[in-house]
Amino acid sequence: MGRTRTPVVSGWFTEDGPEGGGFRLLGTRCSACTAVFFPREDAYCRNPRCPGGGLLAEVPLSPRGRVWSYTDGRYRPPAPYASDPDAPWEPYTLVAVELEAEGMVVLGQTAPGVTVAELAVGMEVEVVGGVLNEDADTGTVWTTWQFRPTGGAA
Amino acid sequence: MSADIAVLGAGMHPWGKWGRSFVEYGRAAARTALADAGLEWADVQSIVGADTVRSGYPGYVAGATFARALGWQGARVTSVYAACASGAQAIGAARAQILAGLADVVLVVGADAAPKGFFAPTGGDRPDDPDWLRFRVLGATNPAYFALYARRRMAVYGDTPEDFAQVKVKNAAAGALNPLARYRKPVTAEEVAQSAVVADPLRLLDICATSDGGAALVLSSMDFARSRGVGDPVRIRAVSTVTPTYPRTVLDLPDIATDSVTAVPPAPGSFRASIARAAYEEAGLGPEDLSLAEVYDLSTALELEWYEDIGLCAGGEGAKLVREGATALGGRVPVNASGGLASFGEAVPAQAIAQVCELTWQLRGAAGDRQVPGARAGITANQGLFGHGSAVVAVR
Repeated sequence: MGRTRTPVVSGWFTEDGPEGGGFRLLGTRCSACTAVFFPREDAYCRNPRCPGGGLLAEVPLSPRGRVWSYTDGRYRPPAPYASDPDAPWEPYTLVAVELEAEGMVVLGQTAPGVTVAELAVGMEVEVVGGVLNEDADTGTVWTTWQFRPTGGAA
Repeated sequence: MSADIAVLGAGMHPWGKWGRSFVEYGRAAARTALADAGLEWADVQSIVGADTVRSGYPGYVAGATFARALGWQGARVTSVYAACASGAQAIGAARAQILAGLADVVLVVGADAAPKGFFAPTGGDRPDDPDWLRFRVLGATNPAYFALYARRRMAVYGDTPEDFAQVKVKNAAAGALNPLARYRKPVTAEEVAQSAVVADPLRLLDICATSDGGAALVLSSMDFARSRGVGDPVRIRAVSTVTPTYPRTVLDLPDIATDSVTAVPPAPGSFRASIARAAYEEAGLGPEDLSLAEVYDLSTALELEWYEDIGLCAGGEGAKLVREGATALGGRVPVNASGGLASFGEAVPAQAIAQVCELTWQLRGAAGDRQVPGARAGITANQGLFGHGSAVVAVR
């Protein structure tokens, strides 16, 4: 059976950002008030002071940000998080990343192998594409966004 | 300032893992509260139930479910849901009815039967539900968010895991004195440090359990209380159930991102601080007037955050307060004299009501070995998933 790569949520990221930019998270921006939304809002602007009448256009988010905080999951989370109950649990790392241009904090898992020991608040990280899980029954590879250190100074 | 209402009765079913229906816990708590008030169920004109989403349809219509269990008697019925803030909303609804003259006596009940382990979202494929998405996409459990806040405090304020452990030690010591608590054993800092890491930097004993439990209050107008010969009841002076303001800049359950500040600069202070501020403004008093506080210690580190948010100290000074013993029994302003969630575990719709039960007993001087001497005013504070503030000010 062939394997299909499918985003875990449609429209939240692209592997092929503008100007050869590679992997980018996708939000929306209100043309009336400039408010940016991630996860994307397509139906309405949530800024209560928005003058209204704007359009919500797709916008790629900054590819880099700084660590706001981080943690890991030492125990298996409940469904709908996909994991093989027969396999030993492998902790994953979560990182909250501050995007300066958007003035927002976005949560994500780290790229495989990046543990809490390698992170620090303030450290620069970049967003990359990765695999959340593979569904053997359907041959679906669920793709997601991940963060990894750029090697830049904290 | 708005008018006071009276707390005529308070009652709880002990917290634990009892393996029975939430209806039993709620009914038992209600009957205890009615007995405490010296009233019959038939005297109650209105019942407000705080809903649970973990027990099927009866949980969504908790007001009617408890009314049926107590025996239909034709009371006005209301059911409310606001996650962890459900209990405060139930108290708020009861208070509004009393102050509007729609009812003299209102029974407020919340109860839950909690599953073991992590809270999980409602089943099914629901990609439009942020609570489903955070589990599906990130595996972000509730403790993961608590851990993010804890790590942030360590980086920004220099808090240490030892500071966090002191909160557990303090709350376990208080809980050991509370016969209604689920955990009644003192805990040492070493025991916290030796417990398993759940979500770095938080360990099992830093994080509250999920429990079965029930809590109820009998609330009335001041006139009704006087007519019953209760001249000096515990009074509820404020109920704060505010939402956040846009843009919300602290990553909060179940969100995957904060609001952006590109369009509107954020208001000063956090959402949690605004919850307490609204309660203080409504009550016409401030943190300097408090004898005690009950706050939502979902994690040890979060309790320190609440110290700052309810104005007991400035930002970043929470750990200093617990180190000094200011918030322990016998300290300047005891926090979680009940033992808190650390000793109870979370029974979601009952918890905000249980906080007010504790204030009631403390303000009556009836809290036994954990009594805060001369308690005159207290605040409860908590926060419900998806943006629900919850704070109650009670005075005597």
